[in-house]
Amino acid sequence: MQTVQPRSLPLRLPRVRPGGVLPILAILAVLLVLVGIRQPDFLAPPSLMSFLGRSAPIILLAAGQYFVIVSGEFDLSVGSLVTAQVVVAARLIDSDPARTWPVVLLLLAFGALVGLVNGLITTRLRVPSFITTLGMFLILVGAVYLWSDGAPKGGLSEEFRRFGRRAFEDVPLLGRVPYALMVLVVLAVAAVLLMRSDFGRTLVAVGDNPRTAELSGVRVWRTRTFAFILSGLAAAVAAILLGGYSGVSFQAGAGLEFGAITAVVLGGVALGGGRGAVVGAMLGALTLELLFALMNFYGVSGALRSTVQGGIILLAVAVSATRSSSR
Amino acid sequence: MSALSLLPARRPVPGVFVALTLTLTIGWLVVLLDGGQLFNQSTTVSLLHVAAGLGLVAVGQTLVILGGSLDLSVAYVISLSTLVAAETMNGSDGAVLPAIGLVLVVSAGVGLLNGLLVTRFRVNAFIATLGVGLLLKGYLDNGYDGPAGATAPSLVQSLGYQRVGPVPVSFLLLLVVTAAAWFALSRTRFGHHLVAVGGDPEVARLSGVRNDRVLVTAHVLCSMCAGLAGIYLASRLGSGAPRVGTEGLYDLESIAAVVIGGTALAGGRGGVIGTVGGVLLLASIDAIFNQLEVDAFFKQVIRGVIIIAAVAVYARRAMRKAA
Repeated sequence: MQTVQPRSLPLRLPRVRPGGVLPILAILAVLLVLVGIRQPDFLAPPSLMSFLGRSAPIILLAAGQYFVIVSGEFDLSVGSLVTAQVVVAARLIDSDPARTWPVVLLLLAFGALVGLVNGLITTRLRVPSFITTLGMFLILVGAVYLWSDGAPKGGLSEEFRRFGRRAFEDVPLLGRVPYALMVLVVLAVAAVLLMRSDFGRTLVAVGDNPRTAELSGVRVWRTRTFAFILSGLAAAVAAILLGGYSGVSFQAGAGLEFGAITAVVLGGVALGGGRGAVVGAMLGALTLELLFALMNFYGVSGALRSTVQGGIILLAVAVSATRSSSR
Repeated sequence: MSALSLLPARRPVPGVFVALTLTLTIGWLVVLLDGGQLFNQSTTVSLLHVAAGLGLVAVGQTLVILGGSLDLSVAYVISLSTLVAAETMNGSDGAVLPAIGLVLVVSAGVGLLNGLLVTRFRVNAFIATLGVGLLLKGYLDNGYDGPAGATAPSLVQSLGYQRVGPVPVSFLLLLVVTAAAWFALSRTRFGHHLVAVGGDPEVARLSGVRNDRVLVTAHVLCSMCAGLAGIYLASRLGSGAPRVGTEGLYDLESIAAVVIGGTALAGGRGGVIGTVGGVLLLASIDAIFNQLEVDAFFKQVIRGVIIIAAVAVYARRAMRKAA
């Protein structure tokens, strides 16, 4: 919502719009400087590229979570969905390279299906998404343990794993470009384009004021369901990359949903919907990962990660809340 | 307005008790056909023990949810409380009271932090309590690898294992806490204000309710309930356990119990009696599945389905009423 401003001062500092990406860019820049001071090697293209590749899954999850959050809902099931996908992939592929592509397609379909179910339960049965996706979380974790009798079976093929761990070697200037980074770039561009399309505007409108959107002819339930499907798809892609990078475990996706929500919030997206950019959400995820890297360089215990993460979320949201309430 | 805020106290028994009765009847029959006995001493006792732990958390959770807020930090408060209790007692009976006092002070402090973040800094409750939970998680992960401290033997014997007939002392504690919460909600000004704030914060504010103070109080009480649950778990386990809260999924399960008990997630409608029903329902399902020796993971799947289905039923009813 823009209001008409009196034009008394011709020179005006650009105002920081709530929901804009400027604050997160500033934080990111500060972190980059800190990293540069402590560990200049990290900013050299090869290590920076592989850092971006490693961060790709959480950035994609943040984008997926963004679609759901900006439409006014939550998706708490993505972490468990990632775990389920990785375990399912290992069992179905069972180290047979020929099964790679069918399983990849199956995973995408599975992610979309879980999103569809989340979306329909939330929008048609009117269950709050918090409860829907929490229930889905329990179901997925239970089902995946049940299906694999408590220990992951099978194995991922090298074909499958290359998405997460291989790279284009000998690229001029950059050294090596991980496949994961390519996937990320393509999907990030797609996400930005999507948010600029009619669908993107509708999604934000639905999150901003579902009633108004409904009255202007938007099928709110359809839009929100589609947001959940996008989140499920993002989880599927993230699972393929994560499984490739770090292998099969029941912990593959643990806690990722909160990481993604943290990233989204950090990126200036308002919980409750209707405000914020998908780029902000993705930058939020990148910032979070960079912060963890920085902690590593400063020798902060990995166990304190969550304390720092908690402090950051609180700070980010408190700052943006006081700013928007003083408008 | 006063008539409105009294509504929750006058509502008929929530549907959750119908569901509970049905579940127990069907469960009893199925278990009987399976050649077992649902209501024997040991099953009943363990059912009530499960209910006591979850119930203490869920009653506190009801207060914040009624006020339109939420507490995701309870699981970490529980873990922290077991450690504070067990390390302070360190196996000596003399330190029981100071330990309990310390746990309540610490947990009240966490609640105060939650409440202030939600009210003064206007942080969305979901994020505020998640953030506080993560702060505690880091502290726990960093400082503890496994069980620590030792609960005083007298507390283990009394709160942990002693029973009156088939009813554990801990369940009696839950009943006392529930009664206190019910009284506070339906008979005191705090309770009426809390429900009013949850129903419509703006209207409440204009009617002279101090929203912030009421919500902070609710958060403090909620955390203290989680602290009590921590003391109880420490007395069951005999020591402090840094991950007992999260492994028990107490954050999500307590919210589920509240919602199954008929309290609206958006606040302003519901009560603690329904919550106890929700807790008993979850515990009964657990007990029935244990009797049938259902796979633990399958149990979790069913639990997820039940939570969603229960809430869908409520939502449907609310829609019909609105139509």
